[in-house]
Formats: sequence, C-alpha cells, structure tokens
Amino acid sequence: MSGLIEIHDLNKSYGKKLVLKNIHLTLNGGQIVGLLGPNGSGKTTLIKILNGLLKDYQGEVSIDQQPVGVHSKKMISYLPDEPYFENWMTTSDALNLFVDMYEDFDLNKALSLMERMEIDKKIKIKELSKGMKEKFQLILVMSRRAKIYILDEPLGGIDPAARELILDTILNNYAQDALVLLSTHLIADIEKIFDEVIFIKNGEIVLHENSEELRSQRHASINDIFKEEFKC
Amino acid sequence: MNQFQTDTPIYLQVVEEVKSQILSGQLHPGDKLESVREMASRLQVNPNTIQRAFLELEHQGFIVTQRAVGRFVSEDTDFIKRCRQEKIHKTIEQFVREMENYGLTKEDIMKYLVEEEGK
Repeated sequence: MSGLIEIHDLNKSYGKKLVLKNIHLTLNGGQIVGLLGPNGSGKTTLIKILNGLLKDYQGEVSIDQQPVGVHSKKMISYLPDEPYFENWMTTSDALNLFVDMYEDFDLNKALSLMERMEIDKKIKIKELSKGMKEKFQLILVMSRRAKIYILDEPLGGIDPAARELILDTILNNYAQDALVLLSTHLIADIEKIFDEVIFIKNGEIVLHENSEELRSQRHASINDIFKEEFKC
Repeated sequence: MNQFQTDTPIYLQVVEEVKSQILSGQLHPGDKLESVREMASRLQVNPNTIQRAFLELEHQGFIVTQRAVGRFVSEDTDFIKRCRQEKIHKTIEQFVREMENYGLTKEDIMKYLVEEEGK
C-alpha cells in the first residue's frame, strides 16, 4: 500500500545552501505525526513543498498518489506558521471565505468552536491578540473535513493554559482515517498525541519511529530523546 | 493532563489504570467503558494509544467488545476476584519486603498496622 504522503529523494536548496537533503518519507492515514526539529532545521520548507508553495525542488512528492496540485490542495487543510488574513477582515469575513473556498468546510463546527473559545463573530481579525488569532486559524483549519491536516507550529503563540484546549480541538476534530502532520519544537506539551515522530536536523531526517516503540526501547520520553539528539 | 509518565509506553499505563479501576471496584462487571475518542480526549492522548490499550485489556480478559455496541467490563466475576486477590497479595508482598529493608520483622509491621488503625 502506498502512503497518503510519499516523498522520494527530495532535495531543496536556497542558492548554494542545501536545506533539505535526501528526504524519503511515507506517511499513512489514521495517524498523528510529529515533525520535530529546532528552528531552521527545514520543517517549514518541507511543509511548504507539501502544500505546493515551493516548487523548485528535486525529487518526487506525491499526495494521495498524485503530484502536488489542485487535488492535493483540496485534500490538505493547512495551518501556516504565520497568519495570512487581510487587515480589513472580520472573523465573519474569514468564515465566509472558507465557506466559498472549501467544499468540506463545516461552518457549524467552526461557529461552535468559536463560541467555546469565546471568539467574537464581528471582530476585526487584526484586533485579536496573537494567541486568539492562532486559535481562530486553528478553528478554521480543523473545521474542514480534510484527509490531511498539516499544522505548522500550532502551539507557537498560545499560552500554556490554552494548550490543552488546542490539543483537544485537534484530537476531537480529525476523522479517524485522516493524517495529521504537526510541526513543533514544544515537545513535552504534546508528545502524548503523536503516533509517530520525525526528527529533522539540518535538513535531514535522522529518526522516524513510532512513539510508543521509542519509549519502550529507550525508556525515555520523546522530549528527552529529542534533547539528547539535538544537544550542542 | 500530566497523569502519565512519558518515559514509558502510555498504552501500558492506560492498561494499568483501567485494570486498577476494575480491581478496586470503581468499574463494575458489565459496566460500559468510554469510547476510544472520549477517553483519548479526556486523557489528552492519541486515540490509537487508547485503541491499543483496549486490545491489550481484551486480550488479558478484563474487557469484552460487542461489535457496534461498545466495550464492557468482563462479567467473569471469578476471574476478576482472582486477579484482585493476586493484586492484593503482590502489593502486600512488596510492602513487606520494603519494610524488611527498614529492618522490621513481621511482628513489628503488625504493631505499626495496629497503631495506624488506632489513629
């Protein structure tokens, strides 16, 4: 069986600097996968390639057995690492945009999550705090019934008290057979939700393993294994 | 959220947790268990982890699955009683061994236990 995401021999450079080296990766549905690495390790570059935002690379990338393109954009619900809303937009405008753009967007789900997180329906997005903005974006992304969710640093600006709510939102809103690929450097807070983890270091995948296997083999937490791997 | 250690497989800790709820009588024979999703969300762990824990509990005989209905605590009360006794003996054995490390004899331990009761 081939995976929902298949990457063969992927290389990507910016000028002379090689930022992704010989990436081979197969990811299947029904899993939450952690893409873990320090800043500048290549996480966001890899994610941008999967989402069709970077096109000049060497190697083969297929999503659901098709090249990155219209089909993959329909399948993937993507949370970028920085907000992409226009300044004039209100939260309602953004909801309408998602209704127009994505057939699989569940407006009622989004509205009920907004109510739960106390996000106003008429407020201008630029007036939301950083944490609130991130919560709102996550709501939009998780309210699609997508086959693949790619979340780039969803915990970035979110205060520790709200992390539980974020994890809950992720856990409760992906379909059983969907793939969730989540990049973060805040591992301790979130390692319990990963089926698999990928460690990426200087553009190379140095480890890709089932989380529970890792714990049982090394008698250590993913967070500790990560710290060991990336210590200076 | 932090009830599990992350340096040992989480599904094994879920197995122990559910087992202890059954053996201590918090869960009764025939009780319906939470769904995978509900438990994953409550414990904030991956649903596949709960799934794996349930498989293990089923394999060990503590729970039974009824297709499309749900999972239930086993109604084999003899089995549960036996496991409960075993658990009690093991825990006491461990306690006694630890106290013996402190140099206590069984008689000393009894004295302490009586004293503890009088508190």
